[in-house]
Amino acid sequence: MLELKGVTKRFGGVQAVNGLDISVAENEIFGLIGPNGSGKSTTVNLICGIYPVTAGEIVFNGKNLAGLPPHKRLRAGIARTFQNIRLFPNLTVWQNLLVARNSMEDVHSQSFLARWLGETRHTRGEIESILEFSDLADKADDLASNLAFGEQRRLELARAAAAKPRLLLLDEPAAGMNREEVQDLIHRVRGLRDSGITILLVEHVMQLVMNVTDRICVINFGQKIAQGTPDEIQNHSAVQEAYFGTTAGDPD
Amino acid sequence: MEFYFGLAQIIGIHVILGLSAYVLMLTGQLSLAQAGFFAIGAYSAGILTVLFQFHIVPALIIASLVAGLFAFLIGFPALRVRGLMLVVATIAFSEVVRLFFFNLSWRKTIDGIEAGPDSTNGFREIRFFAANGWEPYQVTLFVWLFVALVMFLIWWSDRARSGAVLRAVGEDELAAHSVGINITAVKVAAMTAGGMIAGIGGALYAHTATYVDHLTFTILLGTFAIAYPILGGLRSVFGTLLAVVLIQGVLVEGLRALGDWRNILFGVIIILTMNLKPGGLFDTQTVQALRKGLAFRDKGAPNA
Repeated sequence: MLELKGVTKRFGGVQAVNGLDISVAENEIFGLIGPNGSGKSTTVNLICGIYPVTAGEIVFNGKNLAGLPPHKRLRAGIARTFQNIRLFPNLTVWQNLLVARNSMEDVHSQSFLARWLGETRHTRGEIESILEFSDLADKADDLASNLAFGEQRRLELARAAAAKPRLLLLDEPAAGMNREEVQDLIHRVRGLRDSGITILLVEHVMQLVMNVTDRICVINFGQKIAQGTPDEIQNHSAVQEAYFGTTAGDPD
Repeated sequence: MEFYFGLAQIIGIHVILGLSAYVLMLTGQLSLAQAGFFAIGAYSAGILTVLFQFHIVPALIIASLVAGLFAFLIGFPALRVRGLMLVVATIAFSEVVRLFFFNLSWRKTIDGIEAGPDSTNGFREIRFFAANGWEPYQVTLFVWLFVALVMFLIWWSDRARSGAVLRAVGEDELAAHSVGINITAVKVAAMTAGGMIAGIGGALYAHTATYVDHLTFTILLGTFAIAYPILGGLRSVFGTLLAVVLIQGVLVEGLRALGDWRNILFGVIIILTMNLKPGGLFDTQTVQALRKGLAFRDKGAPNA
């Protein structure tokens, strides 16, 4: 459903992503891993349209995304979360979810004015069920900035889900989480996939990556160095070299 | 009594001016163009009632639309820049408008008297209220009718999804863009709404003052426009109202004995507010404290 063909991004002289080919299938959880500075976050930013690509193309559901700004990509069905949490801190939890309702379905089911001003029973029901799923139901009227760290992470995920995406880009959702929180996140990510959402997961935390993904692509210096199932990747020599700096066969 | 009606009118008009900046500040934009939109509203409405013998109400509506149109048109180029650069760009716009009216001469003989904008001499014959026998209290009511209308519309849309969208853009543009909000559309809409509101303020000002010239619409007026929401906070429209009463009522009129020293006090208050209460006087803490105080009184009432 998502295809990156020879995607390249240059910032001045720095080649952040270099001829990357990725193909994500419908309803799979696809992992994108690599050492720090390998171009993972840049790839997410390219897919959701924050940066334009230098070369190559990104095709989503058969449609080339070139030139589409982020809000139109969201309408096409691509939502994301941020590595460093970016909620609207002085809005309530409810408002954080309400402003995110910009899916194609939401835009077309209501008139412009009704959408701008209103909150129908249908909208309220959907937001309530997302809050329920995210264990935030009793926090609806709290300011986002007053939430605990784990709750903020859950709200980020909930806000992305409120846009009813078909593809969800998760940029290091487990950063700063302890083991129990990661375990909880694993259930949520699976839950989202079971509701029909395809997931592209960028992550460092191996507990998460190895447990939820169907396939993994490893990149380093903006280039793909390996791809396969979690088991294949764990035993791949190029991956170990990228992460640990030595090949498996080296003495010492 | 006359004096208090005059003061009430000035306060009302400045509330409208402050709210025009408030709407745009919700989206995180600081604009000094409000004086320009205010001037466009003032001159447009004056020209309509004086030179074309319009009634005040249609003149006011048209003036508001004209100011809104200019806000819409400069919204696109101006909002491509942000922060300090937007401040500079909007100052430039405001000055262009002021210098346009500095040069505008459009005189016609109406009922045997020559009237209309007379470039450097200003626009002196905006006498709709006097000519139609409106009493000062009627004029004051008329001004406050629009204050109430503007306050209600902003308060009401702030409670709906629109308020959350404007504030979301103000809090984090990148995040707002990523959850599907069309940033440019929201900012231009806020700019247009701000322009229309400032236009209403200008139209009311021209008719209560009966006389305007380019010196009314300097950077100082634009500074006042943003000072009210900064002082009052962006929590609620009542913050802006409170700030105008404080500055125009207490500082400018109440402390008249201090003469020009008041200007220093004005600057000091702004600096103190930004340092001690960065969210404004009427911020979340104040609102919560007020609510608690009211709740306490409610509980105490039955026993008392």
